[in-house]
Amino acid sequence: MAVRRAGFFLIFSLLLLLWHSVTTFFDIPEYLFPRPDSVAGAMWEMVLGGQLYRNTIASLFRVTWGFYLAIVTAVPLGLFIGRQRYFRAFLNPLIQFLRPISPLAWIPMALMWFGIGDKPAIFLIFLSSFFPLVVFTISSVLNIKKTYLRVAQNFGLKGSRLYLRVILPAALPEIITALRITLGTAWLVIVAAEMIAVKSGLGYLIMDARNSLRMDKVVAGMVAIGLIGLVLDHVIRLLERMPSVEWSRMRR
Amino acid sequence: MEQDETLNKIEVRNLKKSYVERRSKKRFLSQCEPQEDCKVLDGLDFSIPAGCFACFIGPSGCGKSTMFRIISGFEKPSSGTVLIEGKPVTGPSNRHVCVFQEDGLFPWLTARQNIAMGLTNAAEEARDEVEEYLELVGLSGFGDHYPHELSGGMRRRAEVARALITNPEILFMDEPFGALDFVTRLQMREEMVNVHQMFDMTILFITHDIDEALQLGDKVIMLSDRPATVAWDLDLDFPHPRDLTAGPLKDLRKEIYRKMGLHLAL
Repeated sequence: MAVRRAGFFLIFSLLLLLWHSVTTFFDIPEYLFPRPDSVAGAMWEMVLGGQLYRNTIASLFRVTWGFYLAIVTAVPLGLFIGRQRYFRAFLNPLIQFLRPISPLAWIPMALMWFGIGDKPAIFLIFLSSFFPLVVFTISSVLNIKKTYLRVAQNFGLKGSRLYLRVILPAALPEIITALRITLGTAWLVIVAAEMIAVKSGLGYLIMDARNSLRMDKVVAGMVAIGLIGLVLDHVIRLLERMPSVEWSRMRR
Repeated sequence: MEQDETLNKIEVRNLKKSYVERRSKKRFLSQCEPQEDCKVLDGLDFSIPAGCFACFIGPSGCGKSTMFRIISGFEKPSSGTVLIEGKPVTGPSNRHVCVFQEDGLFPWLTARQNIAMGLTNAAEEARDEVEEYLELVGLSGFGDHYPHELSGGMRRRAEVARALITNPEILFMDEPFGALDFVTRLQMREEMVNVHQMFDMTILFITHDIDEALQLGDKVIMLSDRPATVAWDLDLDFPHPRDLTAGPLKDLRKEIYRKMGLHLAL
């Protein structure tokens, strides 16, 4: 833990130092790459003005809803498809066809269907998380050790008891890994979506700053996105420490 | 004939199993010709009376585990029949509980929760019963530990407790102590004798350890190399604890070694 914290501070101090020295040494103009102190100034300005807070909340609100909707639909569906060979044969081609379509390609459709506002953005987050989550969940079900399924069968577990007491907990460690990856993607997508579809959020903040040629604000927005991504990842990783999930790490 | 069926708990008649080889990367490792049916069991015949502790020995890879999965209902035979109390086996049953070769405890549940899995009755009265079984296998105080926090021997004990708490008619054990160290294995062996005397059940026990079979079994069935047939069906009517270093058991042990093609001086 101490090592991790030290590593965290060391790498970010080095990054700041490098950024500062390169921009001052080569005298890079502000509009090409702003210096750390002006970015910090812009950040402080946005914090005081409430801009940063408002837009962060707007982005997080959309990601939370889209991601949540994806979890509650994709995970049960994946668990079910993972257990049913025929459904898998039937639905897999469809999922694999829809999956490579970038969520951003859905923006025109999303705007037509849901109009301007939170809904199209939530829909895009949902799309970006749903397909990978279904695919990951299916594969995590297929990876369940056969002995566990035999034991469950031996004890006569069926239906919802089988899913809740064996299939879900056995697949959970891999599902949590999938959540980590998917939430990262969702966070990528929300910023891109907000640049086009809506008038709030961190993506909008960046585009707005660009339009007024405030590169220091642009970089400040990027830093904020990175930091929040870091926090989100940390939150999901807390799930990996639940006692009923820890076994998968102990195995190695 | 009628009487014969009521006496025997398990009847296996002309049991055969062959797998159709799939085209696979492992093909060059397999002993079968490609595209040909791979024979594993080639007409097994034996019967096991109720309450018998039956041990199965045989060269590794001879099909013991396949035979087990068929008798316990997890797999279908290619031909032949398995009768339990005169009725053909249709699938796994919670009256016939297996302890598999691999770790079968659910790692997401504590030892206590794992053992309670075997129960169907309401939580409150089950509590005491689970505690009782934890104590029986020497795990009292470890109920709240997760399997990965227990030693290999303790995990096996918990798994045996989970099987016993269902009060099964038949207990299947597939090389249950194979992965344990020597001393733990001897302890488990001793405890199995006690368990069999305490519970009124038939036990089918696979092992690769000839001494283990001779010390535990009321009956030792030796299988031949693949495709497996019954090479020797041996009844052992000796009291416990048994001494393998003297008397008739010593000779039987020698004979088994000889039949397995081993000529070590023992």
